[in-house]
Parts: sequence; structure tokens; C-alpha cells
Amino acid sequence: MSDIRPDIEIRNLYKIFGADPGAHIEAVKAGLSKTDLNRKHGHVLGLQDINLTLPGGQISVIMGLSGSGKSTLIRHINGLIAPTAGEILYDGEDVCRMSEAELRRFRRKRTAMVFQKFALLPHRTVLENTLYGLDIQRVPRAEAEPIARRWIDRVGLKGFESHYPAQLSGGMQQRVGLARALANDADILLMDEAFSALDPLIRVDMQKVLLELQEELRKTVVFITHDLDEALRLGDKIAILRDGALEQVGTGQEIVLNPANDYVAAFVREVNRSRVIHAGTVARVPEPGESLPEASYPARLVLEKVARRMTRDGHRAARVVDRNGDTQGVIDLSAILEAMVNPATADSETA
Amino acid sequence: MASSCWGLPELICRFPEVDATAMRHARRAIDTGFRDLVREFSDVIDAATAPLQVFLNMLENTFVNTPWIIVFAVLLGVVWAGARSVRVVAGAALALLVIGWVGLWEDTMITLAMVTVSTLLAVALGLPVGIFTARSDRVQAVVNPTLDVMQTLPSFVYLIPVVVIFGIGKVPGLIAVVIYAIPPMIRLTNLGIRLVDREVIEAADAFGSSDRQKLWGVQLPLALPTIMAGVNQTIMMALAMVVIASMVGVGGLGKNVLQAINNQFFTVGFLNGFALVAIAIIFDRTSQAFGKRLQKHREAGHE
Ligand SMILES: Nc1ncnc2c1ncn2[C@@H]1O[C@H](COP(=O)(O)OP(=O)(O)O)[C@@H](O)[C@H]1O
Ligand SMILES: [Mg+2]
Repeated sequence: MSDIRPDIEIRNLYKIFGADPGAHIEAVKAGLSKTDLNRKHGHVLGLQDINLTLPGGQISVIMGLSGSGKSTLIRHINGLIAPTAGEILYDGEDVCRMSEAELRRFRRKRTAMVFQKFALLPHRTVLENTLYGLDIQRVPRAEAEPIARRWIDRVGLKGFESHYPAQLSGGMQQRVGLARALANDADILLMDEAFSALDPLIRVDMQKVLLELQEELRKTVVFITHDLDEALRLGDKIAILRDGALEQVGTGQEIVLNPANDYVAAFVREVNRSRVIHAGTVARVPEPGESLPEASYPARLVLEKVARRMTRDGHRAARVVDRNGDTQGVIDLSAILEAMVNPATADSETA
Repeated sequence: MASSCWGLPELICRFPEVDATAMRHARRAIDTGFRDLVREFSDVIDAATAPLQVFLNMLENTFVNTPWIIVFAVLLGVVWAGARSVRVVAGAALALLVIGWVGLWEDTMITLAMVTVSTLLAVALGLPVGIFTARSDRVQAVVNPTLDVMQTLPSFVYLIPVVVIFGIGKVPGLIAVVIYAIPPMIRLTNLGIRLVDREVIEAADAFGSSDRQKLWGVQLPLALPTIMAGVNQTIMMALAMVVIASMVGVGGLGKNVLQAINNQFFTVGFLNGFALVAIAIIFDRTSQAFGKRLQKHREAGHE
């Protein structure tokens, strides 16, 4: 990619909801817990000491149960919520210190947002909804319309330009939401549980649409979900949030293989590990002089795909190779099976 | 005197009233003070109400002096533009023809002019106040109780300060009607804006809308059905109040009703009353159908 997008750097971010957040920030920094803050002072601790880098041009997923502070966090990135303390740096600027006017310009040019309940304008057609961000920037219609039509086309809604949102299904409405966000040509795409309200099949469709678009656009996507499968499918980087604090940050594989604590372990217990773990992770270093199998698969391939190809091709063992085709290790079906079995479930069976 | 006090002390038995002389003095002080104040500013008041007088007279003259067939056609045109319904237009035509036939055309025109001007004024004033109220909870905490008082105050009571300040005539009547009819406009504008989906407002913010872009592009359009319900109610209240405002010199159907009450003219009273009802129904159907048409796009369903 020619244009490298900057990272979003979140530093020591705190958010306290209530009548006088400033009065309690020091106590919270000194370790006052969320429950105590609520019980003793009637304030809600939304976020505590968040330090997170969201890499430019990648999809970062923020995950957590309902009420863990996901929406609060993502709304700090475009300044919809102001922090009690901390900073959010983007391209040399602190979003938290921007004036109203600067913030408006930042939102118009650099961020776009997709919402859980779509948040389309019911009195505007699909085309007019897609044009919304450009209208706000006062781009002349003659210039804006072709852009909007192109994005409507890209999200698969060609022919629906003059429909109103109420005439569309949920999945189609969210496609409009996506087109509206993309038409802005912003670096940052904020998606707050954007697919959570959709039926499972349509949800998978939308995930594919997003991945395809991202393949080409390389935006800095911040995606929120409470669904681990979705997080693993989309996220280059995953951050797990609980009660307003970060529990673990890492790639999907890191989180599944090494959950930082019981909370994260509980999250990953039911996940389909074969879709997360890469062949390279399971491969063992061959003994010196060992005769290597003929077949080979890329190290980045997930176990599910490796297993499918090996059974299809009738191999019991194979080499795992890196990008240059150099052998990294060997893998066989029993090693794959062992890695796919969840250690937690395995333990409970032997016990 | 205190014949049956059941042996209770005087203070508990009989209500301790303020001294009658003190009351009289206080009343006189307030009344004359108020009157002097009005006299002092009479020039200002006259200057302020002059444009209203001109506008009202102009509209009234147009309605009354234009040949009836033209007014008739224009009215039906307006009804059609609003309601887009043959039934409503036919009903309006029939009602207007009957009104004219029983000799109430001119009075109806006077009332129509009055209701039109007062509705326009109530909307022009009520809309900004409603928007302002929706923007701040503190303003709402002042406005809402005020509207409560305005709506529970008997309509006759409005006439007293209006007459003291503005005297007798069409314009004082107009002002009384506007004050009486404005609360639903303010209330429903406020409510409509406050009921706009929070997430949609958030979306507008997230795309960098300014306050003005948000107001005109999102809040008002989405609140429009509720605001239209406010306009509808304002019209209805204005129609009710023109009858009472005839006590301070407003002409038209209301004046006839008032005379009919004074002279026990049963038939005249009812004819005029029905004419008012007919106008009310025409206004109501037209504005409601218009409001419904505005939110047609909200109807669900694939083509
Ligand atoms: N405006 C607010 N005032 C008070 N508490 C709030 C406010 N917004 C969010 N919260 C609280 O902050 C916590 C996190 O909320 P949220 O970010 O919406 O969670 P999530 O999106 O993960 O479900 C919750 O406990 C919620 O009740
Ligand atoms: Mg949320």
C-alpha cells in the first residue's frame, strides 16, 4: 500500500460517568474499584487506564460482554465522548484536546461510523443516506452522487438507490450504513457492534463483505463485538475489555492459546480452535536426517484448512513452509487433532 | 355569628381572611399601577401591534372582497394540495356551499382570515420556542409549567390582561387567540425533537454535522409528524377561541354565536356553530392527511 495510515494511540484513558467525575479521578487512579466508586460516590467507572495501539490499515477488534465499556471506548476515538483523563493520539494530534470545530473537521474528514441499529435517516433514500457525509461536507451533488452510487454498487445495493430504509431488510440497511461510512473516504472506520443485530447467515455475509473491502481499502478499522467467533474472523488484533479495563491484547491465536486469565479463558473455551490456530504454530522441528514428507502447506494456513486438504489429498504428514517456500517444520494429522482439542474440555474429561 | 363552632376556637373555626380594606388597597394599587404602566407605553404597544392590524385587515379584505367563486376554488385547491383526497375535497366543497347558501359566507371568511393569521403567528412563534425548549432541560423546566398554567387557565381569563393592555378590537382578539392556541405547538415541537432516535442524532454527530445541519437535516424532518400534530391542534384551539374572542370585538361567526346567546336565537346560534364545526373538520382532515403523507416513507415493506 502506498499510503501508510497512522496508528491510533490510546494512552492512560479514564472515563468516569456522573455529576462530578473530576473529583474522583485521583482516587480511581490510586486504585478505587468500579464497585466502590459506584457504591460510595454514585459514579460509574466507564473506562480505566486504557493503553492500546490500534494499528493503521488493520482491523482491530474490541471485545467484551455487554456493559464492559466497548461503546464508550469507541466513542472516544471520534470525540463523541470526552475522557475524564488521558489522550488519544492520531497523526500527531490529540483528539481529546480538539475544539468543537476541529472535532467536526476531524469527524468529517478522518472518521466514519457504522452503528448497531443502523441509525439511517428514515426520510432519506438509500442514495441520499449514502450522500449524507458528503452533504455535511458541502460537496456539490454533481461531484458527490457518482461517489455514492459507486459505493452503493460496491455493497451490493445497485437498483435500490431510491428505496427508503424502512423498505429494506436489516442486512440491506446495514449495507447502506456501510456505504454511507465508506463514501466519506475516511481513514478510520468505527463499527460499534455493526453486525450484532443481524441474523447469523447475513452476519457472515457482511463479515465477508467487510473483509473483501478491507483487502482493497486497508482502512484503520475499529470493530466492536461481543462475539468471539466474529472477533477471530475479522480481527488482526483483538483487545478484550472487562468492566472498563483491558484484560488482554493480542492476535486471535495468542488469545486462544494463552488466555491471560480465567475471564479470557472462559471466553475462548467454546471457540473452534481449528479456525484460529495456524499450521506453523503446531509444526514440530524435524529431527536431523529425518526424511521430510512430500506435501507442503503455508505456515499461515489455519488447522481446519490444513486438515481438510490433507485428508482430501490423502497425506498423513506434510511440511509447513514460510512465504519463501522454506521448510519450517513438519505436521501430521494426530498433531493437528491434538491441537484442535480444547485443553479445558480435555481436562474435565480426564477428571 | 359563629353559630356552630362546636366549641372550637375562633381561629380554627372561621377561615382567617386578610383584612377587607387591605385587600381593597392592594387590588387598587395593582390595577391602577398596571393601567398606568400600559398608558405609559401605549405608543410602543400601538406601534408593535400596527403591523398585525395591517396584515389582518389585508387578509380579511382579500377573503371578503374577492368574488366567492374564486375564494371557493382557491380553498378547494389548498385542501387538495394538503389532503390529496377526493372525498375530503368534495366534503369541503359541500360544506362551503351550504355555508354560503344560508348566508354565512362573509362571516365565515372573516373567521377564516382570523384563524389563518393566528395559526401562522402561533406556528411562527411556537416553533422556535419549541426548538429552544428541546435544546435545554433547564428551559424546559420553565416552559412546561408555564404551558400547564396557560392550558388550565379558563379561556375567558386571557381576555382580561389582553383588554387592559391592548384595548378592544380585532388585534387584541387575535393576540388572545394566539396565546390560547400556542401551547400545543410549543409542546409538540419540543416533544417531537426530543423523541428523535438518539442513535440517529449520534450518527449525525459522528459525520461531523454542525448544530444547524443537525436541526434542519435531521431533527426537524424526523419531528415533523409530531410538529404537524401540534399545528393541527393549534388550528383547533384557534377555532375554539375565536368564538370567545368575539367578546372583545372579533367579528365573524363567533360574534353571531355570542349574539345568539344574548338574544336566545336558537337557530342562528346553531347555524353558526355548525359552520365553525364544518371549518374545523375541513382544517383537521386536510392537515392530518398532509401530516400522514409526510411520513409515507416510514411505512415498511419491500416493494
Ligand atoms: N452516559 C452514561 N452515564 C452513566 N453511565 C454510563 C453512560 N454510558 C455508559 N455508562 C455505563 O458505562 C458502562 C459501559 O457502557 P457501554 O460502553 O455502553 O458498554 P458496552 O458497549 O460494552 O455494552 C456501563 O456500565 C454503562 O452503564
Ligand atoms: Mg455497546
